[in-house]
This record gives sequence, C-alpha cells and structure tokens, in this order.
Amino acid sequence: MGTNGAPTKITQGSQTKGGIGESTLRPDGTLKVTGEFAYSSDMWHEDMLWGQILRSTVAHAEIVSIDTSEALATPGVYAVMTYDDLPTDVKNYGLEIQDTPVLAHGKVRHHGEPVAIVAADHPETARRAAAKIKVEYRELPVITDEASATAPDAVLVHEDRTDHHIGHVPHPNVVHRQPIVRGDVTEAAKKADVIVRGEYCFGMQDQAFLGPESGLAVPSEDGGVELYVATQWLHSDLRQIAPVLGLPPEKVRMTLAGVGGAFGGREDLSMQIHACLLALRTGKPVKIVYNRFESFFGHVHRHPAKLYYEHGATRDGKLTHVKCRIVLDGGAYASASPAVVGNASSLGIGPYVVDDVDIEAIALYTNNPPCGAMRGFGAVQACFAYEAQMDKVAKELGMDPVEFRQLNAMEQGTIMPTGQPVDSPAPVAELLRRVKAMPMPPERQWESSEGADVRQLPGGLSNTTHGEGVVRGVGYAVGIKNVGFSEGFDDYSTAKVRMEVIAGEPVATVHTAMAEVGQGGVTVHAQIARTELGVTQVTIHPADTQVGSAGSTSASRQTYVTGGAVKNACELVREKVLETGRRKFGSYHPAWATAELLLEGGKVVTDAGEVLADLVDVLGEEAVEVEEEWRHRPTEPFDLRTGQGNGHVQYSFAAHRAVVEVDTELGLVKVIELACAQDVGKALNPLSVLGQIQGGTTQGLGIAVMEEIVVDPKTAKVKNPSFTDYLIPTILDTPTIPVDVLELADEHAPYGLRGIGEAPTLSSTPAVLAAIRNATGLELNRTPVRPEHLTGT
Amino acid sequence: MDFLRPASWEEALAAKAEHPTAVPIAGGTDVMVEINFDHRRPEYLMDLGRIGELYEWEVGEDGVRLGASVPYTKIMENLRSELPGLALASHTVASPQIRNRGGVGGNLGTASPAGDAHPALLAAGAEVEAQSVRGSRRIPIDEFYTGVKRNALAPDELIRAVHIKKADGPQQYSKVGTRNAMVIAVCAFGLALHPETRTVRTGIGSAAPTPVRARAAEEFLNAALEEGGFWDNGKIITPSVAKQFADLCSAACNPIDDVRGTASYRRHAVGVMARRTLTWTWESYRGTRHASEGAA
Amino acid sequence: MRVNFTVNGRPQEADDVWEGESLLYVLRERLGLPGSKNACEQGECGSCTVRLDGVPVCSCLVAAGQVEGREVVTVEGLADYARQRSCGTGACGTSPDEARRWQAKGTDSGTGQSGAFPHATLSPIQQAFIDAGAVQCGFCTPGLLVAADEMLERNPNPTDADIREALSGNLCRCTGYEKIMDAVRLAAARQSEGV
Repeated sequence: MGTNGAPTKITQGSQTKGGIGESTLRPDGTLKVTGEFAYSSDMWHEDMLWGQILRSTVAHAEIVSIDTSEALATPGVYAVMTYDDLPTDVKNYGLEIQDTPVLAHGKVRHHGEPVAIVAADHPETARRAAAKIKVEYRELPVITDEASATAPDAVLVHEDRTDHHIGHVPHPNVVHRQPIVRGDVTEAAKKADVIVRGEYCFGMQDQAFLGPESGLAVPSEDGGVELYVATQWLHSDLRQIAPVLGLPPEKVRMTLAGVGGAFGGREDLSMQIHACLLALRTGKPVKIVYNRFESFFGHVHRHPAKLYYEHGATRDGKLTHVKCRIVLDGGAYASASPAVVGNASSLGIGPYVVDDVDIEAIALYTNNPPCGAMRGFGAVQACFAYEAQMDKVAKELGMDPVEFRQLNAMEQGTIMPTGQPVDSPAPVAELLRRVKAMPMPPERQWESSEGADVRQLPGGLSNTTHGEGVVRGVGYAVGIKNVGFSEGFDDYSTAKVRMEVIAGEPVATVHTAMAEVGQGGVTVHAQIARTELGVTQVTIHPADTQVGSAGSTSASRQTYVTGGAVKNACELVREKVLETGRRKFGSYHPAWATAELLLEGGKVVTDAGEVLADLVDVLGEEAVEVEEEWRHRPTEPFDLRTGQGNGHVQYSFAAHRAVVEVDTELGLVKVIELACAQDVGKALNPLSVLGQIQGGTTQGLGIAVMEEIVVDPKTAKVKNPSFTDYLIPTILDTPTIPVDVLELADEHAPYGLRGIGEAPTLSSTPAVLAAIRNATGLELNRTPVRPEHLTGT
Repeated sequence: MDFLRPASWEEALAAKAEHPTAVPIAGGTDVMVEINFDHRRPEYLMDLGRIGELYEWEVGEDGVRLGASVPYTKIMENLRSELPGLALASHTVASPQIRNRGGVGGNLGTASPAGDAHPALLAAGAEVEAQSVRGSRRIPIDEFYTGVKRNALAPDELIRAVHIKKADGPQQYSKVGTRNAMVIAVCAFGLALHPETRTVRTGIGSAAPTPVRARAAEEFLNAALEEGGFWDNGKIITPSVAKQFADLCSAACNPIDDVRGTASYRRHAVGVMARRTLTWTWESYRGTRHASEGAA
Repeated sequence: MRVNFTVNGRPQEADDVWEGESLLYVLRERLGLPGSKNACEQGECGSCTVRLDGVPVCSCLVAAGQVEGREVVTVEGLADYARQRSCGTGACGTSPDEARRWQAKGTDSGTGQSGAFPHATLSPIQQAFIDAGAVQCGFCTPGLLVAADEMLERNPNPTDADIREALSGNLCRCTGYEKIMDAVRLAAARQSEGV
C-alpha cells in the first residue's frame, strides 16, 4: 500500500467557462467540504513511525549534557537523535542567515528550541520516550529587550556572527539596521506649527493557522527521501533541507500536501528536516504532527515592536516632517528579520507625502521566541503607530482626521522616502472617501422586543452588560504595503503549461510549485489558462519540486508573480499552437498569416471573430508544453546609510472605518462593523478578493483587541501557548465587513492586478484602535488593548 | 493506563473504591485536554458515560436534583425557570460543542476557580451529593472548595448529583472574558435574591484561589434591604447602597495577576458586575412584585 | 483496548487502541477518516466537530473508549446523513442509483478508507459553502459544516445572531466569517425553498 493522502491532480469540470474576472469556484472546494482533501497532517503510510521533538524548557542556557539512553531503550522506539547525530557539517538552516540549529548544540537560545528528536511506533510511545531524555541546562541571563540586548556588557545571542549585516549594525545583538533619510527634518521642523510625539508598543501576534505543522517523510530506494509537507515555498525549503541531510537536491523530492493556512508562519522550516532525518535513520516513513501547544513554539511570530514617532504639521494641515524609530524584536534567530526591517523602514511613514523624513528601523536578537514573517510583514507595526499619530496631529490641529489624511495623501507620482516614485495609481484619498461614505450601522442594535440581546453587546454571551456603560466610537485608518519581494531580490516564478487533446477535448494542464495555502491561487491559475488558451477544461497539477521555483506564497505576490508566470507560459503555448496551426492549415485561409489570432471557445479565431480551426484539429495527437521562468521588474537594495533606492515593485492600499461599542466600565469591546475600501488593480476572482480582504481585516481586528503571545520578561518563557489563552476572533467577535473594491489598473502588472492579501491587515488594527479612542477618550498607545487599559486598572 | 467502563453507578463506586486514583471522565472537556497535552497520565481512566442516571434530573417540590453529567445545554434548555442563575452560567460555558458534553459534576470535580458553574451554585445555595461504597453524604457548596483545584471529596467518592433549591426570586450571572464567546473567565459573578428568606447570596469566580462568596457584602445588603423595608416597598435600591455592595464584593476577592488579567482589574470588574447584577435582579424583583400586586 | 462503534452508518472496530486516545485520533489514524481536523486538541476550535449520537461534540475531547456502541457522524458522512434526513421526512424520493449506492454502503464491511464511495450529491450546507466562497484553506470547514448542518436541522430559519451563536465554537482564520455567514444563510434559504 502506498502513501495515503498524496495529492492528486484536480480537474475542474468542462462545464466551467470562467476566465479571469469571474467568480469561478475553487477547484478543491468539493474535496474540502467532503473531508477528502488531504492536508499534511492527514498523510498516512503503512508502517509509518511518529516523530516527536524534545524542546528546551528554558530560554537561554548552556547544555551541559544530554542523556538519551533511557529513551532509546523504550520498547517501540526506533531512533533518538541529537546534534551529534546530524549527518553532515551543515547543521544550521535559515531563510537568509543560516543561524538556526537543526538541533541545539551547546546552547539553547529560546524557550521551546528543538533539542532532540524521537521516532516511535505510536505518538504516545514517542512522547514518553522524549520525556525520558535527560537534558542538563546551565541557565544564562536572558536578553529580552533593546536595553538588555545593546548594553555594553550584554551576553551575545550569537557569538562569531559572519553574516553580511554584521558590518553595519551598531551591536552584535542587532540583526539589521536600516535608516532612511530624505530632506532635512531639523529645518523642516522649524516650519511646523504643531509637533506631536508618541511612543507605541505592538504585541507579539501569532499566525494561528488552524492546520498544525505536519508532514510525512518517506525514505526512497535511491537513498533519498520523499517529503509531503505544508509549506509556503517548496524550493526554499529544499535549499535548506538537502544540505543538512547530505543529499543532492534531486534526491529530496518534495510535494505540497494540503496546507491549513499559513499567513507567514510556514515561510521558515518547522518539522521538515526532523522528519527526513528520522526517516533516513530508521528506513521507515515518519510522520510528525505538532499539537497546538507545540505549534506556538514551532513557527516564528509577528515581531513585537516599540515605535517612537514625531510628526510635524503646519496650521493648514500639511505634514512638515516625520521622525521615527522602530525597534523590532526578532527573537533568538534571524528568520526574515532583515526584510521585515526593510519594510518597516521604507513604509514607516505610511501613504503620505512628506519630503523630510528621518527613519530608523532595527531588529534585535534576543532570547524571546524567534519572529519573522506574518501577513503585513513590518508594515503592520508601522501602520498602527503612524495612524495613531495622524489622529493625534489632526486633533491638535482641530481638523477632521479623514480630511487631514486626505490633505496629505500620496498619489501616483509621489516620491517615497526611499526616493522611489510611485508609478501606478495610489488612490489613498479616494479610498478614505469611499470608506467614509458607506452607510453607518444602526445604533443600539442590541435592543429587541425581549430586552437586550447580549450577543450584540460587548461581552457577548457572558452577559456583562444590557447596555450599561456602552459607548460607540468610530475610527479611520489607511495603509500602504509593498507587493512582492523587494530590495533587489531576484523574485521570479516558474510555470509549466501543457495543452493537449484528451477525450476529444482540448485540455490545459498548469504545473507550478506555488503553495496553495487557501488563498485561491489554484482557482486563478485555471482562470488565466482559460482566458489565454480558450479552453474550458484545466487541470491543476500538484505543486512539487519537479518544476521550477514559484517563490513564496507571501508578500501578496503569488497572483502577480506565479499568475504572471502562468500567463506568460500560456502565451508561449498559444504561440506554439498557432505555429502548428499555420503549419497544418495556413494554406487554407489567408488570415492564418495576416490576422491577430486568438484561442477562444476551443477554437482558433481571428480578432474579428472568424473561426479558423478547432483546437482539437490543430493539436491532433500532439501535446504542446512550455516551462518558463517569469520575473517582475527588478528592484534595488536600499542604501545602507540613506535608505535610498527603488526597492519595491508595487504598492497596495486599503482603508478601514471601524465602528465599535465599548463597555467603558468593564473595558470590553464589541466591533460592530469594519468597512473596507481597497484598490485591487484588477479583480481576477472577485469572490476570492472579498475573502482575502475580509480575512485580512479580521486578523487585524484580532491584534487590536485580543491576540498576543505573552512572554515573561524575567524568564523569556511563553506564558500562553494554547488556544485557551491565545485568543483569536470567533464569529461572535467578528462584525460585518462591507467592502468597496476599486480597480485601477497597474500598467506594469499582469492584467493590471495588484497584490491584495496583506493591505487589509494593516489598516484594520489602527482603525479599531482609533474607534476605541474615540469612544473612550483614552490615549491607548499599545495593541492589543486589554480591559485593564480601558479601565485604568 | 487502564480504561474502566462501569456499566452502573454501583460498579463505578466499587471501581473508585478499588482504585482511588482513578480519574472519572464524563464530558471529557477537562480531562481530555490534560491527556492530549501530556499534562496528566492517570493510572486509570473511568468512563461515567454509561451511567444513565447521571444524565437525569428530578424537579421536586423545593429543589432540583441535578445529575452530575447533565450537559450544560440541557440545563439551559430545561431548567431556566427553576435554576435561572445556573442556566445563565451554563450559557457562558465555552462553546456549543462543550456545552453539549460538559456538566456541573466536571466543574465541581476539577474545582478550578474559573469553573463557570461555581458562582451560580454558591449564589443559589447548592449541596453536592457525594457517594462512595461507604455511603452517601451531602456537602454544602460553601464547604466544597478547599483549595486551588481541590475539593472536599474523599478519594473513594464520586459526585452523584447536585441539589439546588428552586429559585424563589431573580438570579443573575455575569462573566468577564476577553472574547465574546468561547472564553475562560477572567472573573465571574453570580447573584441570587431569596425573597422567601429575605436574603441575597453571591458567588465569585476566578478572583480568589477558590470560588468564594462575598459574605460581608451579602450581610451588608441583607441589612440595608431590611432596614429600608425594600423587600416590602419595592423601592429602587439607592446608588449608595449598590456602590457599597459592589465595593464589598470587590473586597471579597483575593485575585492574582495572570495572563488572563490583572488582580486589580478582577477586583474592579467584580464590583461592576455586582452592581449591575444587583440592578438587574432587583428590577426584576420589583417587576414581578408589581405584576403580582396588579393581579391581586 | 478494542472499541466498536458506528461511523456514518457503518460498524467499525478499532484494535490496540491506547486508553488515552481520543475519538478524533481513532477516526483519523485508525479508521482512515481524516476529515475531522486536529487543529487544537483542546476543544477551543471546533475543527474536529462530529455528531455523537446526534449531538455535535469536539471529538478531540471524547476518549475513544467512551464511544463504545455509539453512533458517530463525521463530515465524510454528512451528505448521506442529510439525504437520509430529507428522505426520512418524505421530502425526496430515492433514485435507483442512490438506492444501489446506499445498499452497497450498508453491506460493505469497510476498508476504512475515505473516498471509497463516490458522492453524487453534496448536502445543501456543503454546496452552499462552495457556492458562497466560505472555503479558503478549508481546515475549519469540516467542523463548521457539521455544526451548521445540525443548527439548520434544529432551527431552519436562523437569525444572524443565531448563526453566530451556533458557530461560536468553530474558529476560522482565513475568511473573517463573512462568507461563512453567507453560506449558512444560503443553505437556509435553499432549504426553505425546498431546493
């Protein structure tokens, strides 16, 4: 019996006509509603073993000794491995900086770091064995914030750094520093009639995807390994996994298993190498599934941040200058910290026109949990702070906060603080206008004929108020996010497209390594193929490493970049098909040589609509196939001293209006409505666009009022690694989310589209905070807001 | 680990006597979390799910004998008029799925200060019917909670039922959590008016090592209501009385700072809930009084 | 230990079950029914929701030994369950095709593998989730479907507040719940129209 749950090709029925612009339904929808869609944790193999990871119980310590003998002697245990068992000299991995040990060596740097791994015949056997491994720690002082990290005598989280950032950071406990300086803030400040300063604090957020880290590694006969796993970027995983295993990349065959959400949390490796090591050691398939507790230690989180801002403005409401300093806590390992710094700094003042800026962003190495990619990636933290500042300045000026924003809103042609001109539509003022124009939700919706319906009130089912102390507030925010990988990264994707006749019908097959994590890329790829190739039947091949890299499913980039690659490959296939057609039928009709030819409805047609041939006849027995890489416009790195450079490809904008009701006595918040307006360039699938905007908005709501990983500042240990105490919004916490979609094409992008996934996560949080401030009159400089903050207790 | 499946209550008591360390499991909503997360590996797991009488309740003249495993959903649906405080508390328990499985016996067995049922049981004045092969006894709820996650049960005892007086006046229950559903209490408050005895009783959850009553607050309010003739004249309770009652309820707390909330917030919130639930129950009492007067 | 119970109308037997195993683990790892999802294993997400003797519960919090002799319906059996329900109320006839399939299912001893039977039709709630765009990553979907289907069975014309309350034990991280609300409203509307 083979592997259960291995992905199969998904073919969408030929009744589907949908090309781009239509709300075609997901090709994996039926599998997902029947429970048959195989997620990474559903993988099963005859005779498989279960892997278990032993993690550090302390945040910072020397490992004095590890004794695995008792664990190894446990019946049912097949292997126990530590650092000493790693097969090659490559013992670290990392997205950009390879600073993360596969298994701890000599030292642990954060709570929950992997120390040893076990394979056994039942998960309980593996757990019991792992518990028998004796690790002796000698605890070290913990670095938990900027002061402790950069003290002259601070213990170094990483001694002997050799990465390419070490040359320009002020302290070895700083991963990366990016200043962005433009104009002269000192001079500009002299023109300011008001100056507003603020310090802000942003809590550590977890991606909290529902599908836990998991996968199955199956040893293959050639000494290699097959790995079925949920990830955001197969080829990036492969690049990090193969050297540790001592295998050439072609012997590590990766296939994307079903992904239960990602949001950045699967950009780094989790159980991939561990499962492969155990499979190769035991010669048996090994499955690893984290539980929710372990998941909180098994992936990086959103960087918590301290942000310091100074805004100046003239009496008539024009911003004079912005100074800011953004300190991101990167935790024990680098992960994506350098790129997060680049985003936080380059997008640090928001979607506004300011000629004179002085920005600095840094990421620290500490003994806190490692932080890296999460939806919004550096821009989220900054947006929370600069939007709070915009409200403060407006208040100081006695202006309406929306009008003040509109007065300073950037537009196409605006020069960014990096010196880069914004060369596609930037409808910031228009988005604010639209979101403000939406009808307001009715007041006192909780009143019903039978008294108060507590489900409509702050506190919900907990029955804390029947209207007492409840005050409504309204707040606005807008944000700017980059799309795609920036700062000179070679950001490309690869698509293999094949066209052939199957059962008398032309069928296109699209094969990419794009990780479908729920966003709907597979839906869009089929739509693109239909539009470009005029077929109705499209097969989406499972994502794997048998095709070139698609890059990461992150940075709102897949529809742009892999969508672009699919479009490009389809165009090349179309050319080949037309060549074949000309060869076979060119002599029958002059239009083959003279007219613009298209593929539509399974036929070759002229741009005037004349049918020249059936695709079935053109293709015959022949299959046309193209595999091609596709790149967006190149970007440049930011200058390390001035931050100048054309670092970004495209920007994405969203605005929110939040309406909240706050029980001011108990400090409980009910978000009544979160209206959003967003420019999407071109909605390839309008239904999916709404899903992205509403989902992103809700994650922003979570960080506003409830989500935070709490780390003990004395021990650097995580205090709430569970869904009991790390709370994400339920359906009773989530309001209606009306969306106004604007489609202003970006001429540089395929179909004019704009990456959409992240922008709504940015402005949602500050809009909710602004609404709570509006209801309570409190300053509220940190997020999430807790009842303590609202009640002064 | 051994899995014991007693088919009857007598078998369960015998098994518990033979294996006092056996962990009873009914709804599983506490025990299974501990097992799944490797926090607990009991030697014996004893399933009470086959014992039908634990899922039944009897409504008598004065009170309700509520089987230990009657799910919260059933309490909400069937006992709202007899046990309004507990029905309200039941509605705040976790999620529909948990309310379909969990019952009061589990809350009492775990005896977590955050158990949602406790404040309602304290306010209503309940008795826990504990049984063992040695016999049966009824433990007043005020004596049941003996420490953090500790109760008055002997190692060989199981909870058979809870006896709760039928409400003789309005009852309310309120719980603070940082989410609008599916949330563990930051703190909770139960209040019951007992017009027949002209007394009030309270219950506070998650604001002390055990669920507690605010006795000084009760005594103050009993006296104030008596003094002002409130039970008879049905006047609106003066803000100063409500405030002092709330303050005394806050003072009855002995909370800690933890990841769910600070001690000072808990004290504050208990005071707010005390004031609000007093207003709600008293308004309801006045309403029914007026209604009955109008009928007479 | 050994556990015998009924899943989606078929008798099942699981052997060598560790006493601490949950119903969820037995379904997923022993019976080849991984549709019920393992997102939190602490009753805080609803992804593992199944019906136990008709009642929606978190299967992660049911000890395997507790289901001895009981009836479980999982997302894999939801379409059949819904079809039986509507047929039971005389709302539909049974086509010969369906009858054959049902018979085959009733007599099959069961390999435990999902996907062994083609499902010609989805239940109304399943179809509505697809149509309304309520599925993204889909990990929460099975639990939501079981919970929503049960709510519509009890309350065919729910208000928005009723829907939110009934689904408040099911977390979704992708959709922001708006399309889930749409899907349940759609299923309710289709149900009342008899579609």
